[in-house]
Amino acid sequence: MILASWLDTVFDSFWGPTVFRSIGGLAAVLLPAGAIVYLYLFKMMSFMQSRLGPTEAGPYGSLQLVAEVGKWLQKEDIFPRKADRIVFAAAPFVVLMSSFLLVLVVPFGPDAWFVNLDTGIYFALAVSSVSVIGILMAGWASASKYSMLGGLRAAAQLIAYELPLVLAVIGVVIQAGTLNMQDIVLAQAEGEIFGWGGIGNPFILTQLLGFFIFMVAMQAELTQPPFDMPVAESEIVTGYMTEYSGIRFLLFFIGEFATAGIFAMIASVLFLGGWWVPGLDPDSNWFNVLGPLVMFAKVIVVTFLIFWFRITYPRFREDQLQKLAWKILIPLSLANIVATGILKVAF
Amino acid sequence: MSDETAVEETPIEDVAEVDEAREALVATMTEKLSDGIVETFVKPGDDVWIRVSRDAWVETANVLKSEMGFGFFNFLSAIDWKPSPFGRDMDSQVDLAMNPTDETTDVGDAPLETGYAGGDTRFQLFARVNDVTTARAVTIKCDLPDDDLTAPTWIPVYPGANWHEREAAEMFGIEFTGHPNLRKLYLPGEFEGYPMRKDFALLARRIKPWPGIVDVEQMPGEDEDGDASEEGSGA
Amino acid sequence: MTSISETEQLRYISQQAADARVNVEIETEGMTLNLGPQHPATHGTLRIIAKLDGEQVVAAEPVMGYMHRGYEKLAEVRTYPQVTTLINRIDWTGSFANETPFILAAEKLMEIEAPPRAQYIRTILHEMSRVANVMLGIGDMGVQVGATTPVFYAFRDREYVLNQIEAVTGGRFHPNFDRIGGLKDDLPAGWIQNTKNAMGKVEEFCDQIEDLMYGNEIFQARTRGIGIIPKDVGLAYGLSGVNIRASGVDWDVRRDALPRGLVYDQVDWKVWTHPDGDCYSRMWVRLQEVREGAKIVTQLLSQIPSGPIMAKVPRIIKVPAGEAFVETENPLGVMGYYVISKGDLNPYRVKIRSASFNNVSITPWLLKGVFVPDIISILGSLYFILGDIDR
Repeated sequence: MILASWLDTVFDSFWGPTVFRSIGGLAAVLLPAGAIVYLYLFKMMSFMQSRLGPTEAGPYGSLQLVAEVGKWLQKEDIFPRKADRIVFAAAPFVVLMSSFLLVLVVPFGPDAWFVNLDTGIYFALAVSSVSVIGILMAGWASASKYSMLGGLRAAAQLIAYELPLVLAVIGVVIQAGTLNMQDIVLAQAEGEIFGWGGIGNPFILTQLLGFFIFMVAMQAELTQPPFDMPVAESEIVTGYMTEYSGIRFLLFFIGEFATAGIFAMIASVLFLGGWWVPGLDPDSNWFNVLGPLVMFAKVIVVTFLIFWFRITYPRFREDQLQKLAWKILIPLSLANIVATGILKVAF
Repeated sequence: MSDETAVEETPIEDVAEVDEAREALVATMTEKLSDGIVETFVKPGDDVWIRVSRDAWVETANVLKSEMGFGFFNFLSAIDWKPSPFGRDMDSQVDLAMNPTDETTDVGDAPLETGYAGGDTRFQLFARVNDVTTARAVTIKCDLPDDDLTAPTWIPVYPGANWHEREAAEMFGIEFTGHPNLRKLYLPGEFEGYPMRKDFALLARRIKPWPGIVDVEQMPGEDEDGDASEEGSGA
Repeated sequence: MTSISETEQLRYISQQAADARVNVEIETEGMTLNLGPQHPATHGTLRIIAKLDGEQVVAAEPVMGYMHRGYEKLAEVRTYPQVTTLINRIDWTGSFANETPFILAAEKLMEIEAPPRAQYIRTILHEMSRVANVMLGIGDMGVQVGATTPVFYAFRDREYVLNQIEAVTGGRFHPNFDRIGGLKDDLPAGWIQNTKNAMGKVEEFCDQIEDLMYGNEIFQARTRGIGIIPKDVGLAYGLSGVNIRASGVDWDVRRDALPRGLVYDQVDWKVWTHPDGDCYSRMWVRLQEVREGAKIVTQLLSQIPSGPIMAKVPRIIKVPAGEAFVETENPLGVMGYYVISKGDLNPYRVKIRSASFNNVSITPWLLKGVFVPDIISILGSLYFILGDIDR
């Protein structure tokens, strides 16, 4: 009773919800990122490459990431002599900021959300491009040719792949009839596949092509191999990150994997039913607890695909990547929109 | 190395004294270059050496490549035939600079002993080209006069000679006329001297005497004057 | 340059440019990009100064010498047996193969020949160092084009070969095992069967890597039609080994001009060529080289004759006066030693003809007009070892 009334007072004040949401936001960004790095980058990649990965730090090397973070924090934060110091220092924060902005609109349960925007998916796709600014800042301010090539490559690539990403989402939006991410989840929970509503309508079933295009474009947005030209280590060292060390490199590193996790969340909201699982009532209050866990499980599945591709494929060349975007993915996604529209009107 | 070794050792069979294919190659070259060829040497069953005059150096390459089918450029380098004034730098006991002996006080004045196909001057260019279709090869040599260490470049014929000539230039101080970019290849730009010349001292050996051959260990199971070679024991 | 190569090059550049240039009207200021000497892609300390227009290379100039150790000079002050210690370090991924041509040249001058058993073991080790070297090259090509996995598979399976080399020579990287007139030691017990098993692993690796890498569409897109070397240009630049066989030149020293002292003529194998001359064909021929290498080793292993492993040679080796050039087909291409002797303990002059030096000398010609990522594909497919360039 005392606890409940105390909670009421805390949540009625300004600081209560703010602190709660900040912790939730940090958890939503950092937990999947850490899990992805350990599970996939450290362990799965090692097993697929016939090695063991970290084994010493903690059980099965699970604390390796903590050790790595500690190492990076201790390292000297080096500025190149000719670097534009302010821009150079700010760039990693801009990149990381885009991940935090992205997670705002992701719903984790019927009432577990940060912001319930009516134009949620529109907002998400818009702020995902903020990281381009950060990368360009890093590339330009480093005063290094490798960095600049990497930054320019990243900008060209991210802008080229925004388009198929957006167009792939439009199919989902047509089917759901809304831009609100919460309503997209509910539309999948309550939807029907050509009149059969046994498992609702996870859009991966009816938007398979859209899901495929979204995954490819997402891989490119995340600059994961085979689309990792901006950081291509055998060509331009590590692209825009070449001159970074210590904590600023760590921020880029977290940003990369946090964004991977959040894009996986968006993919699971759009195509896999988000926090909802078939057979359960989406209005149940239990989903406020269960939802984040369901979401996490789906994120792990989607990121598995991302990292599977990453480990398997060689890297495209810059012009081949653009060809893939403009000559294959965009026409395909336009066809997908037309087909979805016709079917939507017909049924 | 027991005695059975000697029994089973197969002596190298005598190759034909006259190697017709290589003699024919020399004959064709002599016909095509006439005056350019100074001396030739054929080791039957092994190889051909042709020494040409400097004026015929590029012409030889042209003939070899376009008329004789030697399309594969193997290497190009130079030889310094002047014996080193520092001795062999081999074993400090007989090192000539450290312990000059009466018999060879100044090696520099000793007459040049040149190799196959002869030679009249201290520096000699040599290059090798192959014919990949018939698996023939020929070594070309060319004398360079001491007071004019220049030679025309082979790049127009064999572009692969570019780096080889740069290396020969920095190592021996030979200038290749017509070479587009005769900068140093391996050595730092401000390096002085020509390291591959025999009179360029190898500093590491100057500073620290080398233990040399006196340290050769005995083979296991071999007594002091066992079956070790007679010719080597004197050193 | 000859007129043919000019035309070929112009055609190549125009193809590249037409394919790539989005807007020819925009004149952009050039940029000079310095790749190396500590660049991740140059496996060693090769430095390439590339003048770029956008990402297209206008001119590329390799700079080397960061690892020049002066072996030709050092060899002049060492006895013949001591020289093998130096030349082991030329191509350090296939060290035993470096020793072979020098030892053969010395044997030729001394007019001795190793006993048959030594010749067989020498050929086996020569071929095993080729397998080990080329496997590394294939895995490394994966890294160059951005695939991280093949290199681990290559290192994993190369280990089986290196273990066998170590078992007989005692050294994984620098065996220093070849002697004038034979070999240092005989084979250890059980080695023949173990090596056959290791060659089985190598063949498995070839199948696996063919699926994983060569069949991959992205790998093909990155290597097909990139860095085409026409036959006559390659020959005039002195390219050898796989790099020239991938341009359609059917020439292999092992088959066409086998020096005395190796026994490749005793086994059944094939020289692979490819008509294209691009990066993909170079890597493809390289893969077949590994397969053939495993085949040669397996066949030789079952044919090794018994007998001594060392000919009768004096304890202190003096080589009679004379000149000899012996070239063998080494992992990276044709490697030869021109040895001039004056009847002394040490060679009078040793000219080392290393394969990578000539193979890389084509890069200024080849890199014109390609993109920055193609530099990496081309360098990876030429497959050089810096020690083999800088000597």
